[in-house]
Amino acid sequence: MAAAPADPLVIAGHSFASRLFMGSAGYPNQQIMLEALAASGTGLVTMSIRRVSLDGYGESTIDLLGGRYRLLPNTAGCATARDAVLTARLAREALGTDWVKLEIIGDRETLHPDVGQLLAATETLAADGFVVLPYCNDDPVACRKLAMSGAAAIMPLGSPIGSGMGLCNPYNIALICRQSPVPVILDAGIGTASDAALAMELGCAGVLLNSAVAKAEDPLRMARAMRAAVAAGRDAFLAGRIPRRGYAQPSSPQLGIVGA
Amino acid sequence: MRINGQIEDGAPRPLPRTLGELLAARGIDPAARYLAVAVNGAIVPRGEWPSLALADADDVEIVRPREGG
Repeated sequence: MAAAPADPLVIAGHSFASRLFMGSAGYPNQQIMLEALAASGTGLVTMSIRRVSLDGYGESTIDLLGGRYRLLPNTAGCATARDAVLTARLAREALGTDWVKLEIIGDRETLHPDVGQLLAATETLAADGFVVLPYCNDDPVACRKLAMSGAAAIMPLGSPIGSGMGLCNPYNIALICRQSPVPVILDAGIGTASDAALAMELGCAGVLLNSAVAKAEDPLRMARAMRAAVAAGRDAFLAGRIPRRGYAQPSSPQLGIVGA
Repeated sequence: MRINGQIEDGAPRPLPRTLGELLAARGIDPAARYLAVAVNGAIVPRGEWPSLALADADDVEIVRPREGG
């Protein structure tokens, strides 16, 4: 039996050794997806819930991932609390998990979440026994309200889904992390390793990313980079960084300088 | 009847009278893993699939997990 992980990420009583969560979409093929997920060291992989093609269905991602990873179904595409709640319940039935990434979209272009609908759905689902992980915007008040409504973790975006812009408002993310009674998982907009490291340095408990790895030129290499970045950022956060100063502070001793 | 978002009005193929009939007609194996069904917004447990009666105005969702972020 493996030893308990040092510095685990705990959500709803479940302990994760890896603070990197991964998505399963957009890989060049399923073999690369499997290799990248393995290289990332992740312990949680997201999936969507979709209508079955009624002309029969072929081999699929779920059959590859089902036994290998803990899965987090999302309610991607839903625009209302009603649709998201139904999707979550269908996901629970299909996968046998109470966990759900709650995604309710308020704008089809930016994919920004509809916070009002998110709050309503979070309350309903939490009361129905779900472990709710809402994907939300980087508004500290919205995040606090979601935590009060029963979310098990908060997942603010760094920038729009798939945009690769990284963390547009690191100040908000840091504030959300300081104020949140539940773990904060930076979700959406990560573009490269330094974005993931920054999220962790600001105090995020973890990072969820998909496009940054799946659509990188070399997904396997980027998965390794993300694994290292999340670990590095976490260590840097725990190590207690030096403050930023507006002036220089010499590091070498000031006495005994030759020629002085 | 609405089946996965598509309206079926009984022509050319007659509307299924049970969920079991619907699954069979569409080539969906009721023993397949990772499937879930809702009728009119309510989850239907797997044990009830074969026998659940369907009404003409029912709204049926049959889903499974797919790749996603």
